[in-house]
Amino acid sequence: MPQSNGSFLGFVHRLPGRRGAELFLLILALFVGIGAYAAVGLGVQGEVPADIVGYGGWLALLVIGCHVVVRFVAPYADPVLLPVVAALNGLGLAVIHRLDLAYAADGSDATPSGFARQQLIWMTLGVLLFIGTLFALRDHRVLQRFTYTSGLAAIVLLLLPMLPGIGATINGARIWIHLGPFSFQPGEVAKVLLVIAFAGYLVLHREALALAGRRVLFVDLPRGRDLGPILAMWLISLGILVFQHDLGSSLLFFGLFLIALYVATERPGWLIVGGGLFLIGALAAYKLISHVTLRVDVWLHPMTYYDKSPGSFQPVEAMFGMGWGGLIGRGFGGGSPERVPYANSDFIISSIGEELGLTAVIAVILLYGLIVERALRAALVCRDGFGKLMATGLAAIFALQVFVVIGGVTSLIPLTGLTTPFLSYGGSSLVANWVIIALLLRISDQARRPIPDLSGPDESADSETTQVVKLTP
Amino acid sequence: MSELTLFLIRVAYLAILWIFVLSAISVIRSDMFGARVPEAARGAADRSRKQSKQAQPPKRRRGAPTHVLVTEGANSGERAELEQAPILIGRGNDAAIRLDDDYVSTRHARIAASGDQWFVEDLGSTNGTYIGSVRITQPTTITLGTQVRIGKTILELRK
Repeated sequence: MPQSNGSFLGFVHRLPGRRGAELFLLILALFVGIGAYAAVGLGVQGEVPADIVGYGGWLALLVIGCHVVVRFVAPYADPVLLPVVAALNGLGLAVIHRLDLAYAADGSDATPSGFARQQLIWMTLGVLLFIGTLFALRDHRVLQRFTYTSGLAAIVLLLLPMLPGIGATINGARIWIHLGPFSFQPGEVAKVLLVIAFAGYLVLHREALALAGRRVLFVDLPRGRDLGPILAMWLISLGILVFQHDLGSSLLFFGLFLIALYVATERPGWLIVGGGLFLIGALAAYKLISHVTLRVDVWLHPMTYYDKSPGSFQPVEAMFGMGWGGLIGRGFGGGSPERVPYANSDFIISSIGEELGLTAVIAVILLYGLIVERALRAALVCRDGFGKLMATGLAAIFALQVFVVIGGVTSLIPLTGLTTPFLSYGGSSLVANWVIIALLLRISDQARRPIPDLSGPDESADSETTQVVKLTP
Repeated sequence: MSELTLFLIRVAYLAILWIFVLSAISVIRSDMFGARVPEAARGAADRSRKQSKQAQPPKRRRGAPTHVLVTEGANSGERAELEQAPILIGRGNDAAIRLDDDYVSTRHARIAASGDQWFVEDLGSTNGTYIGSVRITQPTTITLGTQVRIGKTILELRK
């Protein structure tokens, strides 16, 4: 039986909300964010930036605002997620600001606070959406009603960049839409919607998927009508992404699908089959798509391609930077991370590695690990299948994205363009990730809420009066 | 700005970063294993518990349930003492209360104690365990006289 004595006890001795611990960690997180900003000013300009009070005040306002809202709307939510996110976002802002200063110094396009200011505006929007999500969504199970709607919406969003009027090709990938002055990557929102769609579908059909069907080799293949809809949803989104040359996101969705299926059916066979399919697909892509061939060649022989035109200048410069940074980095202002193209978006980890060293990179990776661990924890404690699957899916997205992007920058795996969550410059990604955190907090709030007391009051127990059912905690 | 100052700033910043990471981990740690209670506070808690026990033992004794009784169904009248908790209910031979009811699973539900509260927990049964008309999905507190419905059988705590 799955419910052993241990899980029973675990249910009873649940900790209440830990908002005090969250506040404490948030204040430390503010030190991380504002401290980085001050260190950038001291290192690059030789003085603490004049606007540190305004900047720090704005950051503190956003973060403390989040905390107050969580305190009222999701009092039992996980205490660690929000501070970790605040620290990563603050560090990212400071590094982007440092790169802005470097770009201004060597006379390239940006003004001293160009990208960082933009990013701060996006962060504000992200925080507002975070608060909005927590207010609007009082119970994550409501989302289960929108299983097919969100699947469809994800596909529509992924198709949007293909439209001639609003779609735009930037750096070879057609994943952007332009609406007036704004540009947006709909794929970032689509991934959240796909998680909801997968979770909603799988929670209803997991029994059928796991039990009905034929056994081929080592795997129980499910019936077509059980797997069909979700397979179609997934294939369409994957096809679109491959068509748009967005390799990173295709990898992300493939992994997400496999993990969701594995968790829902409890069949490790899926991982073997999926891994095999992935190898076949990767090999085929390597042979057939020139774009991919180049990426893999650059990964295997970076130095050969250093001064070629579509070459390896970017990853090699990143490696030089991280090597130059060493264990504790050159200090803010001591390195030259601006040499790496797109140092403030895809390659922000190499900037951190150069100026703060391996010590800080490990800390950042640990912070991502904490986010994933807390999300999986929420999935474990959560009492309904939909919430479990959704939290697992969101954790999987984070883990895969961080692995793909940091692995790519450090040349562990071939490079694929994805943003580093919360650190990278990029509005769509930042806003979508804040919403993901709001969803995770909502699930963990539901999961950690004390058990509602369904028993009647002691006094009336002996008499035969109508039972009173108390529902709220 | 001198080299040394910049070096100190760098080290100080890395220290802040790691202090943050380690405090986040320590919050998780106490979240998993529970916070450590200081020795003095623990002693005080024990003392106060003892005192309250001495102050009101008769009341608690009288109010506490002593057995589970089957009040409706084929096995009406069967009972199990709560001293043997946790009590397994089902159609199987290892159940403390064995029910001859086709709607009951082999290992259907369990009644267990935590502190001075009693809980009923469904063990993944086919037809579910109900309190009133609510199907329970998690361990649920029951008190004297709360009717727990399992298949066609109703059980309750009695003193």
